[in-house]
Amino acid sequence: MDLKVNGELRSLGDVDPQTPLLWVLRDELGLVGTKFGCGISQCGACTVLVDGQSVKSCSYPISSVATAEVTTVEGLAGSDGELNAVQQAWVDLDVAQCGYCQAGQIMAAEALLRAKPNPGDDDIDQAMAANLCRCGTYIRIREAVKVAAATRRSAAEASDAAE
Amino acid sequence: MTALNYADIGDVVPTVTGEPAMASDANASGDLRIGKLDRRQFLKLTGLVGGGLMLSFTTPRALANAAALQPNGYIKIDATGILIYAKNPEIGQGVKTSLPMIVAEELDAAWEDVEVVQSSIDQSLYGAQFAGGSMSIPMNWDSLRRSGAAARAMLLEAGAKRWGVEPSSLSTRDSHVVHAASGRKLAYTELAAEAAVATVPDPRSLTLKKRDQFRLLGKRITGVDNDALVRGEPLFGIDQSLPGMKYAVYQKCPAIGGKVASANLDAVKAMPGVRDAFVLEGNGNAGELLPGVAIVADNTFSAIQAKRALKVEWDESDASKDSWSDAKAEAERLRKESGPEVVNTGDVDGAFASSARQASGFYTYHFVSHATLEPQNCTAWFKDGALELWAPTQTPAQGIGSAAKVVGISPSKVTLHQLRCGGGFGRRLYNDFTTEAAAIAKRAGVPIKLQWTREDDMAYDLYRAGGFHQMDGSVDDNGRITGWRDRFVTFTNDGRRPVSGGSLGPGVFPAGLVDNVRVEQTALPWKNRCAAWRAPGSNVFGFVVQSFLDELAHAAGRDSLEVLLEVLGEPRQMGRRGGGMHTGRAAGVVELAAREAGWGRELPDGHGMGVAFYYSHAGHIAEVAEVSVGDQKQVKVHKVTVAADVGPIVNLSGAENQMQGSVVDGLSTMTSLSVTFENGRVQQSNFDRYPMLRMPSTPEVAVHFVDSDYPPTGLGEPALPPLAPAICNAIFAASGHRIRTLPISEEGFSLA
Repeated sequence: MDLKVNGELRSLGDVDPQTPLLWVLRDELGLVGTKFGCGISQCGACTVLVDGQSVKSCSYPISSVATAEVTTVEGLAGSDGELNAVQQAWVDLDVAQCGYCQAGQIMAAEALLRAKPNPGDDDIDQAMAANLCRCGTYIRIREAVKVAAATRRSAAEASDAAE
Repeated sequence: MTALNYADIGDVVPTVTGEPAMASDANASGDLRIGKLDRRQFLKLTGLVGGGLMLSFTTPRALANAAALQPNGYIKIDATGILIYAKNPEIGQGVKTSLPMIVAEELDAAWEDVEVVQSSIDQSLYGAQFAGGSMSIPMNWDSLRRSGAAARAMLLEAGAKRWGVEPSSLSTRDSHVVHAASGRKLAYTELAAEAAVATVPDPRSLTLKKRDQFRLLGKRITGVDNDALVRGEPLFGIDQSLPGMKYAVYQKCPAIGGKVASANLDAVKAMPGVRDAFVLEGNGNAGELLPGVAIVADNTFSAIQAKRALKVEWDESDASKDSWSDAKAEAERLRKESGPEVVNTGDVDGAFASSARQASGFYTYHFVSHATLEPQNCTAWFKDGALELWAPTQTPAQGIGSAAKVVGISPSKVTLHQLRCGGGFGRRLYNDFTTEAAAIAKRAGVPIKLQWTREDDMAYDLYRAGGFHQMDGSVDDNGRITGWRDRFVTFTNDGRRPVSGGSLGPGVFPAGLVDNVRVEQTALPWKNRCAAWRAPGSNVFGFVVQSFLDELAHAAGRDSLEVLLEVLGEPRQMGRRGGGMHTGRAAGVVELAAREAGWGRELPDGHGMGVAFYYSHAGHIAEVAEVSVGDQKQVKVHKVTVAADVGPIVNLSGAENQMQGSVVDGLSTMTSLSVTFENGRVQQSNFDRYPMLRMPSTPEVAVHFVDSDYPPTGLGEPALPPLAPAICNAIFAASGHRIRTLPISEEGFSLA
């Protein structure tokens, strides 16, 4: 079995097809940025993108991924290592406390901004409601999503202007 | 099987398990649990808490290293850069950033030149290394400053030698020694080798900066791990991996105290990916190793699948039969009877008899779980008679001790690597999970990562105990509070003393503030383990006493803010050894929060405002909540205003984050979180039945810090206790409904 993850084709060997994507990423591929929190799609710590859609990888069997493209938090930065807009906003606003949920939060925000580049407050609240933060950093997460959205929009405008 | 021994649970924290044991605290029960600190350290600690000179626990000593300046355990400067070591566990309270900032300030290093490294566990070098009681900042503030200043003095001496000038003609700035007269300057890295052989100064001889000379402290600094965090790099305990590592799970009896009678081990061992399955007997210590079945597998999923297929027959002859409904019924009975007195000042009965008005209420709060988002886990490798642990723990030294005990080796043969913790809140003060990992690793013979599932985490927590308070109070003709009685029913694990965080003491509010106060305390036996949970004691006592104060203000027909300020009275230092609440600082934050929130202004229809103050962990915090309540009891929290007097701020970003997070955690917990027990078993198993607050219910939280020269305190805890009463008082103001049960979902309320 193979898995397309972060732009690479990774060979999995004989993994049980029922294995949740989460444990394949963590145990088999060493991509530990994606976190285990509850195992029942309640906390969002395991959020990744499958073909650009946010998915709870703890409850998503590897067999369901098939040929789809998986993106994890490790796949967001540019090939030169430059943080993407969401990651950079998380650093600049010092969002994290313990930080355990933040990879999932970042992936949920990434999915939101890909679908809705200019989200309103309610859009943000709704999109992020699937992700728990035990430390209660929601206020900064909200802010960081807005900052990331603004960064992406200005980058998009700059690239439009350049064309 | 003999009954479980709970004795070590209360003692596991080196200083104190909760604030009742903090010498400075308003709740102080006098029950000082010194744990592993020796008497000398203890005396220094109490001196520290008392506001006196804070001597370092360890005299900084020069570490032998010729090419590097390493005057103590915190600093290493060589030609390649400046390293600062972070000594205590990072659990989300920000100490991996804030503690090194304190060193960097006195070292006069530019923060961008500093690389922060998590230190090893070496209490001979670093003093107590733990995360608890909001103690990291107050216990280390002075010694870290002196450590930085010592290195700076040695760099000045080296610069003076190099240039042949007097050290007094030199200054430092941004990681450089500067000779202003000649305009010369040298980077610390260039002087490190010469500074390494300079005289290590007596830490007490050093002149520290005045607060207005700070260049780094008080600024907003992003966390040192943030770049790695957003890249998903391995940081946490759960991220640890070793060559040849196997994955372990451990099934314990659903009712604590039960032991394994039999299990289908052969069937489990035959499952795909399973390497071994075996019974561990437990060591009789409730905080270390409970009996259970260990499964070792090739990956986490196989281990979890095998755990699901595991069938165990438990011997529950000594197991818990804990029942919340029984405890509640017993408390209902006890609230009508006098219990053993903890406080009895003045004449409460006389005050009640001569009062103009009285108020009464029976307050209840449920057990809650820590629910750290990272479930407990530990990686362990037992090899050649030595044990290595990679652990997300708040008390690494205790983790070493317990592991050594169950494995049967000397603690000197145990190495523990402290890894970032995905939340603490007090849960990881207790090293049951690291002890289990050690025991499994010894038997497995290969490196193992023990992974608790969320269900394990919720079933085998050391819970914040529930409790019950029959409150009675009186006011006179002038509306002044004259009498106060708090009849408290709590729980005991060991049958001798209340559980950690479930004990009232002589300092409890309003003792010393109201003339006639009686506090009584009765403890019900309880087998499920209870222990410290963020702001132990205060997180529930704050709700009860600040709500009941509001009840008395309304009984008197007076403004709640006015009554709170009247009770605080003239500015004075409370508490034995001068280490408790200062009523002037308390009134200061109450007035600040009220002013910022616009207390007394006309509110929109259906809105109400509530105020509460609580002193805990040496922090004076007031909060004002503005809420509205819908006709289906939906509470919309419009804004929470926090005012804090916590001494000088170390990292403004981290400090504000802790305040806001405490408000959100407080709101989450008071709204709908409870753990209930029947037949010894926890009734909740995962977040579907333990519904923590989510973003849409998160209110605006405004934070205001008082400019303060008092010694600083940590901020992980003290902002949580005032939240619940501020909200409940606001709900009363908005709706006329007095909430006396937490979570408020028990009274039909929810967050809009």
